[in-house]
Amino acid sequence: MVLLEVSGLSKAFSGVMAVQDVSFRVEAGLVYSVIGPNGAGKTTLFNLITGIYQPSSGEIRLEGEQITGLPPHRLAQKGLARTFQNLQVCMNLSALENVMLGAHLSLDRNLLKGMLSFPRIRRADRALREQAAELMRFVGLKDYLGSPAGAMPYGALKRLEIARALAAKPRLLFLDEPAAGLNPKETAQIDALVRQLADRELTVVLVEHDMKMVMNISDRILVLNYGKKLVEGSAREVRNDPEVIAAYLGRAA
Amino acid sequence: MRRAPIALLALGVVLAALPLVLPNSYYYDIVIRMVINAIVALGLNLLIGFAGQISLGHAGFFGIGAYATAILTAHLGWHPLQALVAGAVGAAALAAILARPIFRLRGHYLAMATLGLGILIAMVLKNEAAYTGGPDGMAVGPLSVFGYQIDGEKQWYWFFAATLLVSIWACRNLIDSPFGRALRALHGCEVAAQMAGVDVVRYKAIIFVFSAFFASVMGSLTAHYVGFVTPNLADFFYSIELVTMVVVGGMASIFGSVVGAALLTALPQALATLEGWETVAFGLILMLFMVFLPAGLVPTLAARFTRRQ
Repeated sequence: MVLLEVSGLSKAFSGVMAVQDVSFRVEAGLVYSVIGPNGAGKTTLFNLITGIYQPSSGEIRLEGEQITGLPPHRLAQKGLARTFQNLQVCMNLSALENVMLGAHLSLDRNLLKGMLSFPRIRRADRALREQAAELMRFVGLKDYLGSPAGAMPYGALKRLEIARALAAKPRLLFLDEPAAGLNPKETAQIDALVRQLADRELTVVLVEHDMKMVMNISDRILVLNYGKKLVEGSAREVRNDPEVIAAYLGRAA
Repeated sequence: MRRAPIALLALGVVLAALPLVLPNSYYYDIVIRMVINAIVALGLNLLIGFAGQISLGHAGFFGIGAYATAILTAHLGWHPLQALVAGAVGAAALAAILARPIFRLRGHYLAMATLGLGILIAMVLKNEAAYTGGPDGMAVGPLSVFGYQIDGEKQWYWFFAATLLVSIWACRNLIDSPFGRALRALHGCEVAAQMAGVDVVRYKAIIFVFSAFFASVMGSLTAHYVGFVTPNLADFFYSIELVTMVVVGGMASIFGSVVGAALLTALPQALATLEGWETVAFGLILMLFMVFLPAGLVPTLAARFTRRQ
């Protein structure tokens, strides 16, 4: 089943085409990776699909439903979740509250009921606290269960974003360079984590520079260069594609 | 957060014990004004400290409540409670209408928009003399509910003290609830909140409307307590005072608002002996606070206390 379908997607920033006529389909339950040299438009593509940017043209469909240009909070309602390459963590909340925020839409958000501390709201929140703690353990953050987010190191915050995204129980999870800036050991941990997600039949769209990780876990790979689709295929096809090798290493004269 | 029930209890004890040491009605009046300011600052802190937005026109909503009470009870003969509700609903409606366009703005622009709103309200109150009494203000009758009339500073003291404790309890619940978490989240990181499904413009609007409602109710009650309203209630300077209470006490700190309000209400009285220099001393003290306790009084002291443990 096709979960996400992107067709003819383009984005121009004052005349510069950051993403140009990109089309692809993501099958449900697979790990779909987007790679490309720096500045190829990977993060812009993510920002277009997750509603941070408005596309200049093109269409995005989720299970056939038109979702082009919807704001992020509407996309969250439709089951999209994402992490960010440059961390987007609420430093004024505790680590646990950041993860609980991920489940925002599953809760009763009524102001008055919250203010009067309705038992049902308190109970649901207590149950969520347990689930969030469980997710933190799952992503390897059990040492930070009582920490404020602001006191956590970079590598832990990357994982906290993954836990927050998972708390939403998304249909489609976007991971924007989850291993960026991490040391080899941490990268291996993230690698194992993403693989576990894939085993859970979660549909993952991944942007990553770590080629070992991408080649290991991706079912399909889309290669972008200068905002355009260069090649799409399996890991093996992409690895041996002369165009891809040329884009990464430069064309032999 | 976990220490807060103890703090609430402690405040309750202090409020219960205060009448034992208050020598006369002058001191009662000061403490009552502290409590009133604390409650309004608490509502404003939800907007400023927790949601990370700003309102430089909050006294305007306070003024709407005060004048709704004054005008509707005096000119139209409404019951005080009806007038109170009408004022609060009116203030909330005004805030709701303005919220959408206002919260598309950020930072300095938001500050300007709310500043303008506050000044406009104060101007209307000053100029519509036929209804408001103009700069001279107008008298307000007593507050009587179900045949019982709140009378004298002691009764008013207990009434406002109880209101403060209930407000603190409610605000604490609110910021710990899913709504409050989303509110704090959009302050900390708007993109993250959006991606988690928080409609940030809507949330900012709701808390703005709520704090306007809150301020208006307090304006109505204050009008009954003082027995008189003047346009000064809605004045720009009162708006600034309220923001200062929130900031000096500590943004995103509930007890910070209480301490800030108490301090800023008491300081001008305490400095009155300086004869002409009180404004200078007042400003100087505020500057020193901001230089040495930029996070606000309560959060700084709380951090110092926990570190020592």
